[in-house]
Amino acid sequence: MIEAPPKQDLVMDIRNLTKHFPIGGIGDKRKVHAVEDVTFHIPRRQIVTLVGESGSGKSTTARLIARLIEPTSGEIIYNGTDVLKSESSGASLKYRSDVQMVFQDPFGSLNPAHTIEYILERPLKIHKKTRGRKETRERIYELLETVGLGPAQEVAAKFPYELSGGQRQRVAFARALSVEPKVMLADEPVSMLDVSIRVGVLNLMKRLADDQGLSFLYITHDIASARYISDHTNVMYAGRMVEGAPSDELVHEPAHPYTKLLLSAVPNPHAGLRTTDVPARGEIPSLIDPPPGCPFAPRCPFAMKRCREAMPPPFTIGKDHWARCYLYDDLPNDPNV
Amino acid sequence: MTTTKGQTTPASNAAPGSDVLLRIENLKVEYLAGRGSVRAVDGVSFTIHRGEVIGLAGESGCGKSTVAQAIMRILQPPAIITGGEIIFEGRDVLQMNDRELRKFRWDGVSMVFQSAMNSLNPVATIGDQIIDGIQAHKKVSNAEGREMAAELLEIVGIERDRIDSYPHQLSGGMRQRAVIAIALALQPPLMIMDEPTTALDVVVQREILAKIGELKERFGFSIIFITHDMSLLVEISDRIAIMYAGQIIEMSNSRELFETPLHPYTEGLMGSFPALTGPRRKLEGIPGSPPDLISPPSGCRFHPRCPKRMLMCDRVRPQLGEHSPGHQVRCHLYEVSRPHRVEPSDLEPHPQAIARQGHESERSVS
Repeated sequence: MIEAPPKQDLVMDIRNLTKHFPIGGIGDKRKVHAVEDVTFHIPRRQIVTLVGESGSGKSTTARLIARLIEPTSGEIIYNGTDVLKSESSGASLKYRSDVQMVFQDPFGSLNPAHTIEYILERPLKIHKKTRGRKETRERIYELLETVGLGPAQEVAAKFPYELSGGQRQRVAFARALSVEPKVMLADEPVSMLDVSIRVGVLNLMKRLADDQGLSFLYITHDIASARYISDHTNVMYAGRMVEGAPSDELVHEPAHPYTKLLLSAVPNPHAGLRTTDVPARGEIPSLIDPPPGCPFAPRCPFAMKRCREAMPPPFTIGKDHWARCYLYDDLPNDPNV
Repeated sequence: MTTTKGQTTPASNAAPGSDVLLRIENLKVEYLAGRGSVRAVDGVSFTIHRGEVIGLAGESGCGKSTVAQAIMRILQPPAIITGGEIIFEGRDVLQMNDRELRKFRWDGVSMVFQSAMNSLNPVATIGDQIIDGIQAHKKVSNAEGREMAAELLEIVGIERDRIDSYPHQLSGGMRQRAVIAIALALQPPLMIMDEPTTALDVVVQREILAKIGELKERFGFSIIFITHDMSLLVEISDRIAIMYAGQIIEMSNSRELFETPLHPYTEGLMGSFPALTGPRRKLEGIPGSPPDLISPPSGCRFHPRCPKRMLMCDRVRPQLGEHSPGHQVRCHLYEVSRPHRVEPSDLEPHPQAIARQGHESERSVS
């Protein structure tokens, strides 16, 4: 594991990021609180995970950071500047090439009508990364080799349908890499792939972080894979970030009751057979104008009166480990979150 | 009225006294494609006992869902069953006529599909959809049917006053439970579940699995559980069959399979998912991609991806054989320890030999 540098070198510092979507009916003032007051950071060369169930707001967070959609409020501080202020009318071409996104569905994210070579050539041209045909070609082959697709010449001539899901996802990574990004936002990059292929793509991400100095935001619902590749894991629930910790610590010493629920639900053949106890029932609550307080309170076995009145602040559990839960209100607040 | 006839057919490998519910013998299914036929299922045999949970695992395209659909006889052309037997409670499903089939489906075997939550009719209430299923098989009045439907919903953990809800008014997890309620309606002795929880979140998945386990204890049905999620399968099934390119390549009780996998592919699968506990170690996965079934690899179908490949592996087809009691494996690594006779049909000319001969007469599909 990479030791964090003494003074944290942050690539991305996300502060109080919030996104409300209007419901859309005429005269309907209600709003969907998709992402609410999310604060976290991505240190350089590290992989940071956002883990959560569907509807937790993890993908919306990634899309906000990629600036595919604009946040309602908050700050996205990239290399020390708040890009929402400095590039308020939309992200610059530089930001778009520095921050790249890889999507979940490799069957939908590649244009079926074009060859791999064409798919990889487009970003190189648009972002003017190479000059001339020969250089572009060589760069395309190099990119394919980087993501473990060889022989590059053969792969480049193929169409997406001729590749398997894992190979397609590697092409998606190559395309993101082509513009020399600094940060990659990987939104469930392996959840649609076959089990035997997944580890290969995860290892690729780890290699890119270690060798090429890329920083990753890895978005997943699979907490075991978060532990496998990432340095730090943040847990989201109903648009809120409820806990953050070094990935290994999060799995072994979860603090928030929701994290505990999530961990207990993961199938784990090592832990013996057929654990049928379900610690909490129910599903993520409606995000339309939610009531104040902790969103997990209705399902939480430890819910107190105050949990329904106000969202708890982040309490420090340990080094780089915090939880938004009143069970820990005897501990100091975490100033970094 | 379902359990009649007894097991008159000689059950070859069933232990004496055990209660065999379903026996599949040498099942073959082909898809007739433009470039030739694809043998999606190539000689699959296994048995299921009453009350047993069999896990069927493998990558996409390995034939696991095709096996399930063959059992139900719901395969549509271009898929055709080209051989084998499916003996359910002593009768061959492949010989049934339309009337017998209609009874067999849902009375004998019911199925929960992967996208089951989307298989509900969006313009009918879930109550009506359950009653429909019941009335298609049993003579019951609307009032009786409604009462049964409400009971079924309660059994799967949905409040009975949701009976008049439309599918869109229910969450994904509730819809999946409603589908399980429909599958339970006639209390069949066998349920086939094809990736029933893949589209659901882990917490909801855990709830559904707990529910399935509870219902199984209560009603004593058998389950064929199909998924590619090995960690899930090890947890819930009694025995697991691993499929690769249309064949079972290993079968054993699930604990043993998890702890001592024999086939290199199974070993690879088990080493493909990160664990939640224990030391963090680098995983390797399995290199390469699943094979193209139109022209499957010669010899052992896994040999192009196999880390333990030997000289003979691309020439001789390995046979599924018993390595230890109850543990079968299809791999040349283990054939030395058991009597094995190479049949001429197991031998395949080496690719180079084919190239030398120019063109070889294709064995056409009979």
